[in-house]
Amino acid sequence: MNTTEFHYTTYIKSTPEKVWTAITTPEFASKYWGNANFSDWQAGSRWEHRTPNGTTVCTGLVRESVPPKRLVLSWVLPDDFGDEVKHSRVTFAIDDIQGMVRLSVTHDQLVEGSDMATSISGGWPRVLSSLKSFLETGVALDTWAGQERSCHGK
Amino acid sequence: MTTDDLVFKALADASRRLILDRLRDEGGLALGQLCEGHDMSRQAVSKHLAILEEANLVVSVRRGREKFHHLNPVPIHDIALRWIGRFQADHLAALHHLKQVLEGDRP
Repeated sequence: MNTTEFHYTTYIKSTPEKVWTAITTPEFASKYWGNANFSDWQAGSRWEHRTPNGTTVCTGLVRESVPPKRLVLSWVLPDDFGDEVKHSRVTFAIDDIQGMVRLSVTHDQLVEGSDMATSISGGWPRVLSSLKSFLETGVALDTWAGQERSCHGK
Repeated sequence: MTTDDLVFKALADASRRLILDRLRDEGGLALGQLCEGHDMSRQAVSKHLAILEEANLVVSVRRGREKFHHLNPVPIHDIALRWIGRFQADHLAALHHLKQVLEGDRP
């Protein structure tokens, strides 16, 4: 079974702590992502990605949690949670580079040609652009407002 | 130069756009693989990659001695959203699909 991977990077005028908080705090994530991530963010815990009406559209396990620098999650549709093979992996790497934050998101261990692999490629750039705008200007991008979404931005 | 300047400068070259096309279709290529099928020297491709990386349009991952390159579309997305609002996006997507269908392939 072939797997594929995607790498996304953005530079944000902010601090690693604020970026970490924006990813892991539901009140913030709902503003720029639309959906929000829920977990206690301890390694081994479950995390859930929920729409504003409370539906869990994506879930997984927290594999590594090193605030505010590194968060590794397994990433799977709720129905497939029991199937280890279907868990893809998302790594958030947050680095302070000369007063800017470099946020790198790697989504790998994706089964090539799967729905998850084909649909996330449009989703992450939207999330990262909106996060950057939210942290730098306080305003998220309006492309998100009022839309119902799955975990990959469709 | 601002980030936007770097992105526009990087995109203003047909060879570099071809490299991005390759990486969109096939992520994770090493320099040698990227040189295949192009009329460019290894040195030229390497120079283009440096400009694309500086503009954050290409992200490279090192594994052992090899460096693998991936397209990072986030800066292009940032630029697009600067001028495209929520309501226009759907209309523009429809026009884009119409153009693709009429012209038979991706532009």
